[in-house]
Amino acid sequence: MKTLTINTAPKNESVTPKKSKKPRRQNTGFWRSVGRQKYLYLMSIPFVLWLFVFNYLPLWGWTMAFQNYKPAKSFGEQKWVGFDNFIELFQDERFYMVLRNTLAMSLMGLVFGFVIPIIFAVMLNEVRAMKFKRVVQTVSYLPHFVSWVVVAGIITKMLSIDGGIVNDVLLSLHLIDEPIQFMAKGHWFWSIVTASDIWKETGWNTIIYLAAITGIDQEQYEAARVDGAGRFRQIWNITLPGIRSTVMVLLIMSIGHLISIGFEKQMLLSNPLVTDYSEVLDLYALRYGIEINRFSYGTAIGMFNSVVSIILLFTANGLFKKFTKESIM
Amino acid sequence: MAAKAFNLTKSERAFDLINYVLLVLVLVITLYPFLNVLAISFNDSVDTVKGGVYIWPRAFTLENYKTIFSYTGLIQGFQISVLRTIVGTILGLISGSMLAFTLSRPDFRARKFVSTILAMTMYFSGGMVPTFILMRELSLINSFWVYVLPGLVAAFNVFVIRSFIDGLPYALQESAKLDGANDFTIYWRVILPLCKPVLATIALFLAVGQWNSWFDTYLYNSTNPNLTTLQFELMKVLDSTQQGGNMVNANDLATQMAQVSPDSIKMAITIVVTLPILVVYPFLQRYFVGGMTLGAVKA
Repeated sequence: MKTLTINTAPKNESVTPKKSKKPRRQNTGFWRSVGRQKYLYLMSIPFVLWLFVFNYLPLWGWTMAFQNYKPAKSFGEQKWVGFDNFIELFQDERFYMVLRNTLAMSLMGLVFGFVIPIIFAVMLNEVRAMKFKRVVQTVSYLPHFVSWVVVAGIITKMLSIDGGIVNDVLLSLHLIDEPIQFMAKGHWFWSIVTASDIWKETGWNTIIYLAAITGIDQEQYEAARVDGAGRFRQIWNITLPGIRSTVMVLLIMSIGHLISIGFEKQMLLSNPLVTDYSEVLDLYALRYGIEINRFSYGTAIGMFNSVVSIILLFTANGLFKKFTKESIM
Repeated sequence: MAAKAFNLTKSERAFDLINYVLLVLVLVITLYPFLNVLAISFNDSVDTVKGGVYIWPRAFTLENYKTIFSYTGLIQGFQISVLRTIVGTILGLISGSMLAFTLSRPDFRARKFVSTILAMTMYFSGGMVPTFILMRELSLINSFWVYVLPGLVAAFNVFVIRSFIDGLPYALQESAKLDGANDFTIYWRVILPLCKPVLATIALFLAVGQWNSWFDTYLYNSTNPNLTTLQFELMKVLDSTQQGGNMVNANDLATQMAQVSPDSIKMAITIVVTLPILVVYPFLQRYFVGGMTLGAVKA
């Protein structure tokens, strides 16, 4: 037996790669294929390890939410406290205010940030002067490439009471009698964040819709025109149905990210006068978790955020799967 | 083109007119803030206080730029920003394309496993606190590498590159193999040169992300003046109200500058921070539009 295998093995090796590669591959053992694909493994294993360290180890960090985590101790020495951190969180009045702010700003962002790019894409598609269209597109992408730090600076300048264009225009139109201190009034904050987001990202979010519109068969429009359909009819009956599946997929994705709206804009645009309206879950986690070193409590906040996001994503996906044929998973 | 064959009706013309007016309005709203910032940055700072500078400087001066370039924190920040953009972009391109290449190989046995754990990262994340603790355990706090390592592999970018490679003829790889090339050679000599358009897109995404990032500096490196970035310096100068008081060292030069610096100086720094990107993006536009379309999730 032994001699037999030794005799046949090298023969097989030298023959298989040349003769009938495909049917053979299924029969070869796991380690043989690893050997043959060693470069593919070498080229992917470092990144798999990277993924584990930087993306999956933090998930393991969720255990901190159930501990009274002390950085100096090892995992075995940590004190387990069950759901204490969550109970404390749900008893904190501030938490509900933060949750309200998060949901308010994400819902406003979802509604406007979703509808306006579609309208903008449809409007651009109706432009037949190609040069004008290209200029509008190029300019509309511009704010996307600028950081939120810069945008926050610009927004603050535009809304300021001395020399801000918004107040200047409102005053000259006699819509207001004296300048509004936009940045100092809490009830303006949600609208300011939403408007800044629209200003920054509308052009960019239009790209996918425009690409989808380009894919629509032009003959449909010609046929509709022959039948006497006006521009609104064409938009309603051809353009919008044509991008329906793109719209659905993007809608599901944005619902999934509804509560994880991040914190960049809120952090950069807020000031001590408006914190009751500006603080969102991530900022709350940052403040408790890192700035005053309550790591376990901060983790509990972050975990609440992630779990709700995942539930929203699956619910949205499930609902859409049921009522339409679209799904992202 | 076909539309020219038709005579436009009255309602069609009205539609066009309204459409053009609205789009011009969008143009103005998008562009005005930038022009205003530019004008103020070139305007005399004492004169700016009077207000009324819109898109043209009233009292032209280069003083503001001279002032900010004499501030060493800004030069230092500029250097770190440039360095992290270059290093982060190059490493991100290599890792992203390498992983995408292995995932595009239909015969690669671990393909399913790797692409699943990669895709999961788009929906799950550990959150801010566990990530912060991990960075501390890895001794990445107060180091340059915290700017590059945590964002090395981004699932979205990998999938964009993979869809591009999927579109290339597989016969190229097979013929290279017949010529005796191994998989690494195929990646480096055959696939990469063909991927230039998609790599340009991803390079732009990575570079913009690196250049615009400030939160990692705020969280991990804010106490180390040798590692702060341009965005972070700008944030400190703009943020005269000091919201994150206990994290930002309140005694440093930028904070003092924030308390005294007039609008014109702030706007000059804003321009310096923004300019590099404004110069680049229109040239790369045709690439990233294609890249976004490739990356658009296919149900």
